[in-house]
Amino acid sequence: MKDENKSPVSGSSFIPHPSSFPNRAPAYVICIGNPYRGDDAAGLRVARLLKEKASRDFKIIEASGEGAALIEAWADAVRVIIVDAVVSSAEPGTVHRLDVQSQSVPQGFFRYSTHAFGLAEAIELARALDRLPASMIVYGIEGKSFDAGDALSEEVERAAREVAERVLREVETDRRPNRS
Amino acid sequence: MKNKTIKVGYLARVEGEGALYIKVKGGRVTDVKLKIFEPPRFFEAFLRGRDFAEAPDITARICGICPVAYQMSAVHAMEDAFGVKVEGQLRALRRLLYCGEWIESHVLHIAMLHAPDFLGYQDAIGMAKDHPEIVETALKLKKTGNEIVSLLGGREIHPINVRVGGFYKAPAKRDFAPLLERLKWARDRGRELVRWTARLPFPDFERDYEFVALRHPDEYPFNEGRLVSNKGLDISPRDYDDTFVEEHVEHSNALHSVIAGRGEYFVGPMARYSLNFDRLSALAQEAAREAGISPVCRNPFQSIIVRSVEVLYAFDEAIRIIEAYEMPDRPSVEVRPRAGTGYSCTEAPRGSLYHRYQIDDGGMIVDTKIVPPTSQNQKTIESDLWQFVPDYIDLPDTDLKWKCEQAVRNYDPCISCATHFLRLEVEREQ
Repeated sequence: MKDENKSPVSGSSFIPHPSSFPNRAPAYVICIGNPYRGDDAAGLRVARLLKEKASRDFKIIEASGEGAALIEAWADAVRVIIVDAVVSSAEPGTVHRLDVQSQSVPQGFFRYSTHAFGLAEAIELARALDRLPASMIVYGIEGKSFDAGDALSEEVERAAREVAERVLREVETDRRPNRS
Repeated sequence: MKNKTIKVGYLARVEGEGALYIKVKGGRVTDVKLKIFEPPRFFEAFLRGRDFAEAPDITARICGICPVAYQMSAVHAMEDAFGVKVEGQLRALRRLLYCGEWIESHVLHIAMLHAPDFLGYQDAIGMAKDHPEIVETALKLKKTGNEIVSLLGGREIHPINVRVGGFYKAPAKRDFAPLLERLKWARDRGRELVRWTARLPFPDFERDYEFVALRHPDEYPFNEGRLVSNKGLDISPRDYDDTFVEEHVEHSNALHSVIAGRGEYFVGPMARYSLNFDRLSALAQEAAREAGISPVCRNPFQSIIVRSVEVLYAFDEAIRIIEAYEMPDRPSVEVRPRAGTGYSCTEAPRGSLYHRYQIDDGGMIVDTKIVPPTSQNQKTIESDLWQFVPDYIDLPDTDLKWKCEQAVRNYDPCISCATHFLRLEVEREQ
C-alpha cells in the first residue's frame, strides 16, 4: 500500500487520472538503446520485435536513455514497461526484471547508457518528485559487448526475443478484467 | 610536505565516462591528465562507403544529447561540397531546430548536472527533495525544447526529418500555434532561470582563454559564420584543418585539438557569448547585465549563467522565427551530388562541431573527419585544473575531488561525443 499518508490535495497520484484504469489505457513500452554500440541496442531490438505485433494494448517508444526525456516519455502513462541493456556480473543474455514501485534501481546498473543522467537517475528523480507512474516494470538484458558496431551478440539476440514475449504476456495479463 | 595522487574514478554527471588523474608533490601540482578511453574513430570509419544522404542520420547517433548538432554539421558540409545554398524559411527552420537542442541540452546540464555542485548536493535527486520547484521548472523548460525538436525533427530522439538540402517535410504555420504559447511562457521562466543561476556562489577563478566560436554578420551563431577568436583568428571553416591540429596524447584515446603553433583554446557557450554578446537579442543582453556578468566572461564556473542566457536567447529566437514563419513551397532544395570535399562548423550546445566529407562522383563518402567540441576543450580543462587545484590543495580528499569534478563539469563535457565511455576515477594516495 502506498500514499495513505498523503494529503488528498497534494501529489498527482492521489487523484486517479481518467485513464488510470489499466484495461483502458495502453501500456507504454519504452525501449532504450544506441544502434551503433553493440549490445546496447538490445532495447531497440525488442522494440522492432514488438512492432511486428502492433497492438492497441501498448505504445512503443524508442529512447536514447537520456533521463529527463524518459521522465517526459512516461509523464502521462499509467503503466510502463522499460527495456534496456544492463551490465552486472550476470551471464550475457540474462534477463533481469525489476518492479520499480517496490525496488529502487541501483545506479550503475544501466551504466552503458552513455548518459550520466540516465534511466536509474530518471526513475529515482521521478520517485522524489512523485512522478512515477502507477506501475513500472524494467526489463534489463545483460549485455556482452558494447563496442562500436551494429550487431547484437547471439546471447542478447536470444534474450531480446524472450523479453519481447514476456512484455507481450505482461500486457495481456494486465488487460484481464479481474486483475487483482 | 605532502605528496599525493588524486584519481577520479568516475566523473559523475558527465556524459559518458572518463578518468581524471592529478598528482601533487610537495604541495604542488605536478601532473594533470584528463583521460579518455576507447578509440573515437568508429563513426568516421563507419561512414566511409555510405551514401552522402545517410550522413545526417548516422552521425546523429554519435550523441543522444546533441543529435541536431551532428545533423546540422553534416548537412552543411555536404551542401558546401555540392555548392547548395539553403535559404529563407528552410534556413530559419534549421535555426529553430538548433534552438530546441540548445534548450534541451543546456537546461539538462544547468539543473540536473551542474547546479547540484553549487548547492552542495550529490546529484539532482537530492536537490529535487529540497528544491522540487527548480527541478520541475527545468523539466518543463526542457520539454519545450523537446517539442521544437520533435515538431521539426519528426521525433524527440534522433530526429529523422533533416536532409541534405532542407527537410523531408516542412510544418505548416498552424502547426506552431500551441507551441508558440508555451514558448512565451517558457521565455519568462528562462529569464527567472538566469536570475536563479546568478545567485549561486562562484569561486573566484579566471583565465585568459583563447575563445573560439562562429561569428556571423548579424546573428548569434548556430549554423553559419567564420571561426573567430579573441586573439586574432578569423577563418572560414574550409581552412579548419590548416589552423587546428589534433595531437595524439598517450593518456587519452580522444585526440587533443590545438591551434597550430599556439596551443589550447576554448569552445562552448562562454566562448560563443564572449565573442558574440552584441549578437544576442536585447532581452538576453539585458538578462546577462542584470545577472552581473560582463560581455566577456572568463570565469568558467559562471558558464552556468552563460548557459541560462543562451537558453533565454534560444526561447526568444524560437519565438521570433515562429512568428515570422511562412510555410515554404518545397521542404528542400534540389541537391545534385558531385565529387568534392565539403566543410562545416556549427555551434553544438557544447561548442564548435567540425565535419569534413570527401565525396566521390557517385555521391559516396570516401573520407570523413569529425571533431567534437569536447575533444577541443580537453587541453583547456586540464589547464584549468593546473591553476585551480593549488587553491584547494589543503581540502579533505572528498571535498577536493568534488571541486575538481565541478571544474570539469564547467565544460559540460560530452565524453560520449569525444569518445564513448570515458570513465573518471579519482583516487588519492598520501
